[in-house]
Amino acid sequence: MKIVCRCEDITEEDIIKAIDEYGCETLAELKQVLRLGMGQCQGRTCLPLAAKILARKTGKRMEEILPSFRPPVVSIEIGVIGKEVKK
Amino acid sequence: MKGRADVVIVGGGINGSAIAYELAKRGKEVVVVERKWLAYGATGRCGAGIRQQWSTKENALLAKKSVEIFEKLEEELGHEIGLRQGGYLIAIHDEEGMKQAKKNVEMQRSIGLPVRIINEDEIKEIAPILDPKGMNAIAATFCPTDGHADPFKTTYAYAMAAQKLGAEFYKFTEVRDIKVENGRVKKVITNRGEIETDYVVNAAGAWSRKISKMVGLEIPNKPVRKEAMVTEPVKRTFDCMVISFKHGIYFSQQDEGQILGGIPSPEEKVGYHTEPTFSFLQHMAYMLGRYAPPLKNVRILRQWTGFYDVTPDALPILGETAIDGFIQCNGFSGHGFMIAPMTARLLAQLICGEKIEMDIERLKMERFKGKITEEKAVVG
Repeated sequence: MKIVCRCEDITEEDIIKAIDEYGCETLAELKQVLRLGMGQCQGRTCLPLAAKILARKTGKRMEEILPSFRPPVVSIEIGVIGKEVKK
Repeated sequence: MKGRADVVIVGGGINGSAIAYELAKRGKEVVVVERKWLAYGATGRCGAGIRQQWSTKENALLAKKSVEIFEKLEEELGHEIGLRQGGYLIAIHDEEGMKQAKKNVEMQRSIGLPVRIINEDEIKEIAPILDPKGMNAIAATFCPTDGHADPFKTTYAYAMAAQKLGAEFYKFTEVRDIKVENGRVKKVITNRGEIETDYVVNAAGAWSRKISKMVGLEIPNKPVRKEAMVTEPVKRTFDCMVISFKHGIYFSQQDEGQILGGIPSPEEKVGYHTEPTFSFLQHMAYMLGRYAPPLKNVRILRQWTGFYDVTPDALPILGETAIDGFIQCNGFSGHGFMIAPMTARLLAQLICGEKIEMDIERLKMERFKGKITEEKAVVG
């Protein structure tokens, strides 16, 4: 068993199964199906690894596979960032 | 790619996928054309809520019937959907809000929904994390059969079941034009080939207006950028979705423990804008801290944007049009996910010439020529 996503406990086998079963062709689809990259680290560890598995399985180039990146860059406490903003 | 199908569905979100399933179940040859991938648009970016507490009877009924379908959906589709019925708690802030709430509850109870008005103490009992003072709430309405489901799992559940019944899904395929002959849809032209068909279902969400224009029909839908955020997962703390029409806020705790929510962005814009804003994050965090003070210690992991496909009355556009075979299924104005199961069933009945079990005549696009009754119970 090879762990790929440590935050969400996802293995290489899980990823290969998701590609076969759901026809995933992009990391965005793997996120939807497995929660890959949606944990604490926001995919810093797993997304490059998963992209390689996906590229190997589908024959696609890395640029076609990578997802959009969503802010914030690092997680932040609600009580720290909260501020009343008037329209 | 298939050269012919009974029905071509434009859009692989929850509605497109659910209609594909309902039609395939009835023996129709179905093709779904999706520009990106399943649930790329509003479905995959939504708050996941399932609410039956609406101000218009159409929405309340569509939602109630959908909940009845949601409750049996895992069994029917053979795939998990992540349904959890922890209720919706809707804050009431003042006398005016109380008046509207009483009116809504009366209508909702008349169609059989177990909604009730609760006081501040009951708010604390249902969700001890909430602070009625910080919420400025004098009361709330609560419906225990409301809840949420996983939009990804539900979309895939429908799509996988549809494909088992023969439906074909073409991802990364863009509709370029739709040909009409003698007032009837004839052919869908995509970047990967042409498909002759009898019916086209326009379930393209925020892009529905463009698809509609291809057959010469003008619909008043506007794409509005909406923002959402999610926190790190924490121990299960509350079961209900908490919302307020006055503040526009909604938030709930998802199955994995994360808090997911949204609020109208201080920089809300109409049009195809996709950039997340910092002011949304600040404002959302501020309001969350007021509604549920213990959440101040929880960390935000991620924010994103999506589109509401908004109509002038915040009700969907469903059904037949002046072009034979061109069926509208859009304009969901922020609540397409929760009413998709019933919407899909009704449109499949319409296309198959069966008896339609709920009157949706009033939801046709022609209504915008006359006087409209607006749905007021919208958040996000």
